[in-house]
Amino acid sequence: MSPRPGFVLEVDRSTPPTLFWHGEGFRFEQLPAGSRVVYPPEPVPALADPDAAIRHALENPVGDSPPLSDLLSAGMRLTIAFDDVSLPLPQMRSPDVRGRVIEAVLDAAAAAGVDDVVLIAALALHRRMTDDELRHALGSRVFDAFAPNGLLLQHDAEDPDGIVALGVTEEGEDVEINRRAAESDLLVYVNINLVAMDGGHKSVATGLASYNSIRHHHNVKTMQHSRSFMDRHHSELHTSNWRMGKLIAGALRIFQIETTLNTDTFPSQFGYLQRREWEWTLRDRASFHATRAALERTPVALSRQIFQSIRSPHQIASVQAGEVEAVHDSALSHLHRQQLVEVAGQTDVVTMGLPYICPYNVNSIMNPILVACLGLGYFFNLYRGKPVVREGGVAILSHPTPWAFHPVHHPSYIDFFDQVLSETTDPLEIEAKYEESFATDPWYVHLYRTSYAYHGVHPFYMWYWCAHALEHLGAVIIVGGDRGAVRRMGFKPATSLADALEMAEDVVGRDPTITHLHLPPLFLADVT
Amino acid sequence: MRALLVERLPHRFAAARIAAATVGSGAGVGIGPIRLTDLEVPELPASGWHRIRPRLSGICGSDLATLDGSSSRYFEPIVSFPFVPGHEIVADALDGEHEGRRVVLEPVLGCAARGLPLCPACASGQRGSCVHIGFGHLKPGLQTGYCSDTGGGWSEELVAHVSQLHVVPDGVDDDDAVMVEPTACAVHAAHRARPEQGEHVVVIGGGTIGLLVVAAVREYFLPASLLAVARHPVQRDFARALGADLVVEEDELVRAVRRVTGSLALEARSGKPRRLTGGADVVIDCVGSARSIGQALEITRPGGRIVLVGMPGSTRVDLAPLWQREVTMLGAYAYGNESRPEGERSTFALALELVGAARLGRLVSARYPLDRYEEAVRHAASAGRRGAVKVVFDLRRREPTWHRQDIPAGRDEEEDRR
Repeated sequence: MSPRPGFVLEVDRSTPPTLFWHGEGFRFEQLPAGSRVVYPPEPVPALADPDAAIRHALENPVGDSPPLSDLLSAGMRLTIAFDDVSLPLPQMRSPDVRGRVIEAVLDAAAAAGVDDVVLIAALALHRRMTDDELRHALGSRVFDAFAPNGLLLQHDAEDPDGIVALGVTEEGEDVEINRRAAESDLLVYVNINLVAMDGGHKSVATGLASYNSIRHHHNVKTMQHSRSFMDRHHSELHTSNWRMGKLIAGALRIFQIETTLNTDTFPSQFGYLQRREWEWTLRDRASFHATRAALERTPVALSRQIFQSIRSPHQIASVQAGEVEAVHDSALSHLHRQQLVEVAGQTDVVTMGLPYICPYNVNSIMNPILVACLGLGYFFNLYRGKPVVREGGVAILSHPTPWAFHPVHHPSYIDFFDQVLSETTDPLEIEAKYEESFATDPWYVHLYRTSYAYHGVHPFYMWYWCAHALEHLGAVIIVGGDRGAVRRMGFKPATSLADALEMAEDVVGRDPTITHLHLPPLFLADVT
Repeated sequence: MRALLVERLPHRFAAARIAAATVGSGAGVGIGPIRLTDLEVPELPASGWHRIRPRLSGICGSDLATLDGSSSRYFEPIVSFPFVPGHEIVADALDGEHEGRRVVLEPVLGCAARGLPLCPACASGQRGSCVHIGFGHLKPGLQTGYCSDTGGGWSEELVAHVSQLHVVPDGVDDDDAVMVEPTACAVHAAHRARPEQGEHVVVIGGGTIGLLVVAAVREYFLPASLLAVARHPVQRDFARALGADLVVEEDELVRAVRRVTGSLALEARSGKPRRLTGGADVVIDCVGSARSIGQALEITRPGGRIVLVGMPGSTRVDLAPLWQREVTMLGAYAYGNESRPEGERSTFALALELVGAARLGRLVSARYPLDRYEEAVRHAASAGRRGAVKVVFDLRRREPTWHRQDIPAGRDEEEDRR
């Protein structure tokens, strides 16, 4: 039986309460009659033999590219870059797709007699991965073969000797990328397209770039002109990356490998998270209520640990290799097949339950800035056409929004929250007044390079990620969040969804239309 | 006349000390060495002395330390009992050349007041550094308010030497005027710190003196940044309004200084900057506790300087950073003359200008009559927590009055409003 597509439910009096994610927990909310709930499509079938599919893709590339084996020869310098720990979410069960693909590439390289091979985690300005995370992503065989010999590197955007300038685009954007990658005879990039934003020229132009390069597209203006950044043809973020990518592609040979995953996101014990509430079995109900009751008695730190240990049963849905743009177009069509849901018309109020995880708190804490970024950056932008919520509408997010930060992973976030957001929440003012000093702060640079810290500028990018939503929305309300933290970000706190909806009426008027985004699993709303 | 009198009663000092240590500052006022009584007006000690009648008289941190029994024993030889406290005074002059005019008192009792030939410090205007303190025709007492011969501000009348009196200009109201003495301390502290243009300055402590130091540094110097540490919301609001670029709570201090100065930090792998390798150029400690001095040492850059303004007692502090980082530690007591681009200026003259320009009288939060002194002292001891800054005695009233402490506007905003 083919998987059911996404679905927009109209709530009536017989509709059971709707499950909202709420950090490391859940809320059950009765939405007003007439509200819409957007459900994701069911997972598409996985590739029957992913290893064979990978080998096939490497030897049958798309676009203007020879097969991988034709690009490999003895004595050459090969670099394999791969997406970092921010993808996929949650981390997938072993074997991770990156490990599978890289093993196939290494087999081909070995067959061609290539000796000079280096792996690079394409961190961009993210934190370094731990050995455990690298081992999980690459598999023990690859990790043990490369890491002890110093051949498994992590991109360092602040290494003055490790960055090389390739030129400037016609728009004056500096293109600076990882020296090892740039000076290789072949760069293979192994990508996971979890959402439509990922992949394409963005992989190298961002993942292996310097701050000086990334700042050209990770800024407020670009974000406000990306409608949305999940739709590359209407995304200034991608337009800039494409300009850079073309320049890079003119300077070095890139063999791009993009994979898509199905939306089989949660293991069977959490299967109810992927089912529509009225289809829950007795077992689902019992399991959900038992889980919720247990979580209510569990200390937050332990709940966090339990949720972070979830490994997703994601299956590989497609793999394509070859020339960057052709590969990306193919990956996007697969991704759209999995994630697109048609939504007719905009709404006055959009509601979202935010889960415990986003790309930047894997094995970490979802701090308030990341809560904002997940809701107003990622989920708000999961649209094509126009936002699910109308201009001047209200976004209601549900998340505990703790005033808590991971001191190792997010040191500059703490200062950003304490010193910047306490002064202003205006992205443009923040960018003009504070970005440079955070980006060049030597301590943040030191921690990014030597510890496990996100780059000093990263919290700014998270805030810029929200810029389109902040410009578009009339108000943002967070249900069940730390009131001080919510207010610090310029949002309104509410204790219940009912209160939040009442507060929203002050902005959008009586009896507003309401749409709930029932995710994750993820979908992309095609709003007509 | 009615007056509050502090007597040398060791058992009462001990009781006050225990109450303050167990319950909190001000808790022992009812069982301590102070009492309300009727006294004779002090006699004029010599020519040049005059009678003044206080309008308002402030309660200072050093007064609270005395009443808590926590003052350093260092002061014993330079205090004479019994004494009437109170050295932040705006008063009416009852006789002498300023008769009928409002005056503020410069309380330091230097050579002139003591009837002695001027020592080099007094001769140069630095009466706070007088080397004849405790001598002359007055009993010991480093200031009015600690000397049994002069009386003090917490009474209906006292005596003052003409050298101690400064006429209050008509444009300066009583609330501004009662802030002149603590403002003079702050002006002096700022000049002891003397931050160069472009230096990073930190002020620890959000009480009256801390806030006034913020105002003084902002008024006279051009630091690259002025960071204030304040615990209570009213203190934070005033610190911002008086010119702090950034106001943080105590536990954010190290992180904030690191951030502002761009310093590196040791123990960085934990992500928590505990010890800075660089730090602020100037730290002005307006608390004077072991903790605040320790913090100052943690955040001062090598070669930087720390100015102790808050009155420290006997404390235990690790001075290793002072040694290894070659930090200079300075005291800042009282006032005298300050070196300004326009020449030497009396600290009190500068303070008289500053209280009017910055409208520092808005820091006066509550006024009490003398007979409500226990309440007043407890209020002063918990001022920040209760949303107040400066608590004063109002010698003309029988009922207490409070100011509603609105979120203050900054100086520029105030000027715009005018």
